[in-house]
Amino acid sequence: MERNIFKYIWHHSRADQIAILILVLVSMPFYFMSLDIPKSIVNKGIQGQGFVGVGSTQSFMAFDLPFGETLFGEKVTLFSGFDLEQQGLLLALSFTFLALVLINGLFKFVINTQKGRLGERMLRRLRYELSDRILRFPVLQIRRVKQAEMATMIKDEVEPLGGFIGDAFVTPAFLGGQAITALVFIIVQSAWLGLIAAAIVLVQAVLIPRLRRRILILGRERQLTARQLAGRIGELVDGAVEIQANDTSNWERSDITARLGRIFKIRYEIYQRKFFVKFLNNLLAQFTPFIFYAGGGLLALQGQLDIGALVAVIAAYKDLPGPVKELIDWDQRRADVQIKYDQVIEQFQPPVLIDPDAQSIDNDPGPPLTGEIVMQGVVLVDESDFKLLESVSFTCEANQHVAVVGPSGSGKEQVALLLAGLIAPSNGSVKIDGREVTEMPSAVTGRRLAYVGQETYHFPLSVRENLVYGLKHVPIILPDYEGKAAHDHAREIAEDKRAGNPTFDANADWIDYQSAGVDGPADMTELLIEVLKLVELEEDTYRFGLTGTVDPVENPDVSQAILTAREALLALLEEGGHDDLVVRFSTQDYNGNASLAENILFGTPTQDSFGNEALASNPLFLSVLDEAGLTRDLEKMGLSIAKTMVEIFADLPAGHPFFDQFSFISDDDLPDFRSLVSKGESAGLDALSKEDLRRLLGLPLEYVEARHRLGLIDQGMEQRLLAARRSFADRLEAENPGAVEFYRGDTYNAAASLQDNILFGRVAYGKAQAEEIVGQAITKVLDDLGLRQTVMEIGLNYYVGVGGKRLNAVQRQKLGLARAILKQPDILIVNEALSVMDGATQDRLLERVLDHRSQQGVMWTLQRPSKAEDFQRLVVLRGGRVMEQGSYEELDQPGTVFSELKAAE
Amino acid sequence: MSIEQEVEILRKIPMFAKIEPAKLKLMAFASERLTFKDGQELFQQGDAGDSAYIIVDGTADVLVNTDNGPLKVASFTRNDITGEIAILCDVPRTATVVATSSLITLKITKELFFRMVTDFPDMGVEIMRALAHRLEQTNALLMAARASK
Repeated sequence: MERNIFKYIWHHSRADQIAILILVLVSMPFYFMSLDIPKSIVNKGIQGQGFVGVGSTQSFMAFDLPFGETLFGEKVTLFSGFDLEQQGLLLALSFTFLALVLINGLFKFVINTQKGRLGERMLRRLRYELSDRILRFPVLQIRRVKQAEMATMIKDEVEPLGGFIGDAFVTPAFLGGQAITALVFIIVQSAWLGLIAAAIVLVQAVLIPRLRRRILILGRERQLTARQLAGRIGELVDGAVEIQANDTSNWERSDITARLGRIFKIRYEIYQRKFFVKFLNNLLAQFTPFIFYAGGGLLALQGQLDIGALVAVIAAYKDLPGPVKELIDWDQRRADVQIKYDQVIEQFQPPVLIDPDAQSIDNDPGPPLTGEIVMQGVVLVDESDFKLLESVSFTCEANQHVAVVGPSGSGKEQVALLLAGLIAPSNGSVKIDGREVTEMPSAVTGRRLAYVGQETYHFPLSVRENLVYGLKHVPIILPDYEGKAAHDHAREIAEDKRAGNPTFDANADWIDYQSAGVDGPADMTELLIEVLKLVELEEDTYRFGLTGTVDPVENPDVSQAILTAREALLALLEEGGHDDLVVRFSTQDYNGNASLAENILFGTPTQDSFGNEALASNPLFLSVLDEAGLTRDLEKMGLSIAKTMVEIFADLPAGHPFFDQFSFISDDDLPDFRSLVSKGESAGLDALSKEDLRRLLGLPLEYVEARHRLGLIDQGMEQRLLAARRSFADRLEAENPGAVEFYRGDTYNAAASLQDNILFGRVAYGKAQAEEIVGQAITKVLDDLGLRQTVMEIGLNYYVGVGGKRLNAVQRQKLGLARAILKQPDILIVNEALSVMDGATQDRLLERVLDHRSQQGVMWTLQRPSKAEDFQRLVVLRGGRVMEQGSYEELDQPGTVFSELKAAE
Repeated sequence: MSIEQEVEILRKIPMFAKIEPAKLKLMAFASERLTFKDGQELFQQGDAGDSAYIIVDGTADVLVNTDNGPLKVASFTRNDITGEIAILCDVPRTATVVATSSLITLKITKELFFRMVTDFPDMGVEIMRALAHRLEQTNALLMAARASK
């Protein structure tokens, strides 16, 4: 990247900069005219200068050719103007003034927006180029950077550049022009005074930047420390488990404190120096008038300078410090921005970058990879010059099933990475079908090969999106833009181009259906489910589907089918004599298997303020309780719960697991509740504060009669709670409709999960095997209704969380493998990608994958030699060297390294 | 049935008779009340055991698999505890237990059981006593069986 920010800006925005400069120049005459016209208004319009008597007129807007006299020897009048009386002239001049104000304002507006746009475009370009570089960092390189630091650089550190870029050339040109004009004017009036003024300006221009040099260095440090702080903050998040598990939070606190202290010191020194420079600058600026007054005054007294000229000089000097000061400020910003730019650029200059041509969208994956895979004398050296691989050579067929066998540290992982083109050998060659892998474009390595490592990254999207991620190489189906959309799109493209961004459409369908072996989007779902079956993620996906939600407006068929399933489940349970296992929701009945709050809400909250935690402070809910006269009763219930908890948990040590498992009250709160209970018992509820009462009220909301069995809700209370349910529904309908989606027997509840919609109730507590029996019944009902596929499809929309955190480690690895298989690569490279699974699952998946890819190439790194039998060719590695290669039968002989490894297993 | 009633039932079981009510209440609260239908299995011989059951109401048969099919070796009724061997010794269930009427039990998980025993040593002693008593009974049965051979 260009090292000098000015060259960078000039290179990419030359035309725009010049256009703005011209615009500024054009605006100048108008600006000067607007300064000049108030004088004419006062002199001519109001004081009547040049009007000799009533009825006399003056011409307005007469315009002579500039320099006409010098050019042609006589005045050349281009326009003789209108003759106006004094009043008319006053109005005409005033309106002209207004018009000029307007014109100046418009110029300013246009210039500023132009500058802003220019700056934003350049900022966009810079941010894109930096992001582009991240995409081109070699894998080994990218492991060394801290992502939080990279993110702050692109997000925050380049931000001030945008503001500066618009001013980069215009400001110095403009202000410099102003300053030089003023200076020349002074020199013309009095050479001496002019030279003194020039000398002082020169001192300012030399001294101030020098003093600022230290500030710039501090600025650089400030930026570095702040960036490192961002990196550390990122580590606090990433390392949360380690920090809490090792009780190192205070160590981290001390580290953060030390960093903040350093940042404070740097920033404070910057302030000190900055304001000192300001002080000095002001002093110098005021020193000049002093010389004018003293020196110029003496000259005038001696008669060497006339008073008029002195006044003019002083007046002209007024125009000098402003631009000079601004110029110095501009220079400060320039230096600051240059530092920021340098710092950022430096971080984005790794020793090696992937050639942009290798990633070009126009590259073709070419024909399928066939022939031989040949590794010849491959040496791989890590950063500390340790040889990970020492002269590795082997040959195999591209369409063979190859196992790279070796203990950990044998170098088999590196062999897989080399073949995938993700790392380059330090020496030697890796060839597929005679072509060097490092020289293949990404279109080949990324499409013809598929690599799955130990930790596949999952994007915070759905299961489906994560699966098809491996197919998004180029836009396949472009969206149809019509009318206004087409117009907007064309404009966006033009703007993309101006900022040097590529014009690939993110709205297009990027999924390469053909390489996955289907015709289009319609067949994709089925294929995805097939692949999920292959990696044994089918049941997981099915369960995701059951906990998923469906929008009944978009999927009327699904919601209708689920309603059918609801009835079918009831019938099936009845048939098996299991209808006591589910307590269905009914408007007339209190559901003892649901919490008290749920019984009043009688629906699924769609707003957080009606969720579990917030309900006790929800004004609408509380006022319904008040109206129903339930508040005091619930508080009593709360007191009773608190009393029981205090009694039975009294002797448990703090932190006892029972608190988490069984208590309404956490061990931290227990002492509070203890005093609350004794106060409530002795003095009555009225003696408690509002806050205490609210805490008590919160307790029974989570109370489930069938589960907690404290006998708090009798029939009378049930009836009163049901009345509260009805009035809550009325109030909500009137005041906040839609905040809770009510349970209705004949309606699909869009806020509730698929499973809850089928169940339409709660599994009864205390019935043996209720969960299993109901779960099986739901599965059967869905299968019978042919809804399994639908549930799977909904499961595909399951959000996997940031980094796939909503999946467990096994699911993450399986999903990673599925992504690679979906691509149907010529060679599938599996590098320890099943490591977290148990042995039996690993074996099963290995067999399934090999079976699925019977005619296609596979390279699998194997820790356990016993599974090597399934492969056509084995490469045995130890200590970074190839010990043996051949078929299983050839190597499974006494005395081979392979048999040694096998015996050691 | 509320916790209070369950506590009353627990108190009647000899094993828990000497334990103070607050502890029993904790036990009742932390355990799950589980009902079985006539014929439903509490657990099956050979399964991994994760909990013991206190029979609150109803009856159950203890069946042991033999070559000639399941053989009834004992039956349980109110206040009996069953399933404790598997959680004490970490062995698979030694017998199958089937409800022979509508059965109400308190299910005590392994964790809860051990916590109660470690937290309240009195209870441990009581359980030892109950087990020793049962062993003594078994010995007597064994002797009787040998004598009749």
